[in-house]
Amino acid sequence: MGTLFVDLDQRDDPWISIEGEQPVPDGVDVIVSLDIFQSQREELLARNDGRIGVYLEPLEPVSAIAGDLDRLSVVALNFPSFADGTSFSKARQLRDAHGFEGEVRGVGDVRIDQIGHMQRCGFNAFVVENDATIAALSKGDNPALHLHYQPAADETKTGPGAKRWARRALD
Amino acid sequence: MYRYDEFDHEFVESRVAQFRDQVARRVSGELSEDNFKPIRLQNGVYLQLHAYMLRVAVPYGTLNSQQMRMLAHIARKYDRDYGHFTTRQNIQFNWPKLEDIPDILADLASVEMHAIQTSGNCIRNVTADHFAGASADEIADPRPYAEILRQWSTVHPEFLFLPRKFKIAVIGAGVDRAAMQFHDIGLEVKRNAADELGFGVFIGGGLGRTPMVAKQVRDFVAEADLLSYCEAILRVYNLSGRRDNKYKARIKILVHETGIDELKQQIEAEFERIREGVLKLPDEDVRSIEAYFAAPAFEELPNESAKLEAAQAADPGFARWVGRNVSAHKAPGYAIVTVALKGTGEAPGDATSAQMDVLAGLGEAYSFDELRVSHEQNVILPHVRLDDLKAVYDALLAHGMASANAGLITDIIACPGLDYCALATARSIPVAQEISQRFSDLDRQNEIGELKLKISGCINACGHHHAGHIGILGVEKRGEELYQVTLGGSGDETAAIGEIIGRGFASDEITNAVETLVDTYLARRLSDDETFLEAYRRMGPAPFKEALYPPAPATEAA
Repeated sequence: MGTLFVDLDQRDDPWISIEGEQPVPDGVDVIVSLDIFQSQREELLARNDGRIGVYLEPLEPVSAIAGDLDRLSVVALNFPSFADGTSFSKARQLRDAHGFEGEVRGVGDVRIDQIGHMQRCGFNAFVVENDATIAALSKGDNPALHLHYQPAADETKTGPGAKRWARRALD
Repeated sequence: MYRYDEFDHEFVESRVAQFRDQVARRVSGELSEDNFKPIRLQNGVYLQLHAYMLRVAVPYGTLNSQQMRMLAHIARKYDRDYGHFTTRQNIQFNWPKLEDIPDILADLASVEMHAIQTSGNCIRNVTADHFAGASADEIADPRPYAEILRQWSTVHPEFLFLPRKFKIAVIGAGVDRAAMQFHDIGLEVKRNAADELGFGVFIGGGLGRTPMVAKQVRDFVAEADLLSYCEAILRVYNLSGRRDNKYKARIKILVHETGIDELKQQIEAEFERIREGVLKLPDEDVRSIEAYFAAPAFEELPNESAKLEAAQAADPGFARWVGRNVSAHKAPGYAIVTVALKGTGEAPGDATSAQMDVLAGLGEAYSFDELRVSHEQNVILPHVRLDDLKAVYDALLAHGMASANAGLITDIIACPGLDYCALATARSIPVAQEISQRFSDLDRQNEIGELKLKISGCINACGHHHAGHIGILGVEKRGEELYQVTLGGSGDETAAIGEIIGRGFASDEITNAVETLVDTYLARRLSDDETFLEAYRRMGPAPFKEALYPPAPATEAA
């Protein structure tokens, strides 16, 4: 169980994660694994008493849920280890290729020194297990640089005139 | 060359401040080594056998004299008075203290240098032809594109935790001096039928335990699409590259397992999606980066120098050095000088602080303030007047840097090996030193002619042994160092991977084995003009094998 931060503010997590054989309860917001989503897709999308999110492991492609993104409120992308950066590109696919406007949350081995990079790729929520990261975010520390050499999925100002690929974080 | 603008200065300075804080957290124990490791790696800090090692980026191998002097200063103040130029055009310091590294990075920032992304599973320092902007055979200077790629790839948020490291090289001539086809992305600047600039794009080259020559994925990508195409390649790789086995994680394996046609489809589909987006390069922005690399103000000079000819006639040692270490320049009356950091018995690529200071002075006095680091671990003075060659030579001679062996058998590439490296399984430097001593006679070296000998101290192949005409790979077998020989590799535009010739040799046998190979070549070459590589390609391995592993003599009569 991690601590949820949305836009870097700590929040109670209204979402219940459903994995394996567990039945999907009615009347609550649930994040389900891709397996459950695919096997119970009709019932899940027909629910009108609770929002739906899907959890993807690194090797489960965004294309598997692309057709249903307008019905999903959350996509949770796992970082099984901080060193597995697959989900950075998946967040960008969600935001840039599919225009997904719901919550993209990073879960798993999420660390303070990567939060800024995740935000730039389109993540806006984090379920953090790492104690040092929880402590830093609770204090409002985010060591991310405010200058960037490339556009990404975040909102930024363009850089100086002669190199329009550069970016500056919004104040 | 490129100069930092305010944005670059502010970026690098804030990065130094960020790392200073992270080092303080590590030293105080707040950050564990496990948590610190990915951070230090992305700032070029390795933990080696005996100490931390700092690898400083020399973007596309280009330096000015002030920067070279700063490298000398760092060697003197924070290290043991020397540095090691690497096969990726970088420089490594082998003995810095962790607490000093933020100060070293601040010193570097003051001369527009950094160590960002010189290690870790991210896009590494972009390399380029070390003769860029100077050589007579160039279509266009590759460095403006390398600089644009440097900027785009610097702390690219999406590509800092790739399956494995990722190397990009750019060349601007048909002749490949940067081993471009052994990179994850190789770019060849070219013009299309409409005379527009763009790139031939190669992917999936690499050395290591599974060496592969890159495959061409595009004959021509327009200049404006440089970043979109590279981002498409990186995104496909980051999504699909293997992470279950670090030895199968480079893009070369993805190319091999997926097939270039299928992978190309994925890359092209992503490229089509983003090509008209924010990464499209505005022409005026490319031109403004290009302006930084404008040719210096060459004097109008005749193509020949009477002064040079007289000096050559008077000094045979100088004449020999000119013959080997001086290359044709695009501007009449100028030449490119290769300073071989390969004196007899020296560790390839090592330079003392005093030598770096001398090189800085020569760059300033004779080469429009410009120096280059080559992937062959030499330093280049790119723009020297023919009239000044003798003065440059004399200064190099006085400081032990006038080896007239560029491209010869003692111009060896070698990794640091087991003397420094935590990954190594065998020593490289002592082998290079012994071979260098055995072949120290310059007449003999010249008789042998062009021969690229490359030594790696483990299967990771940092010494590029697969690309050596003669390659040597040190391995460990039952507690002993054993050296395997490969033949016929090449890192130029005819890129090829060397073939293993047979069982390995002990450390006291390997130099003899090299000598046997060389003697076999000399005895069998068609003429003095047929190089070792050409002779190998003509004859194949058989005569070399026979010489190295003679069949057991028939049972002797009683």
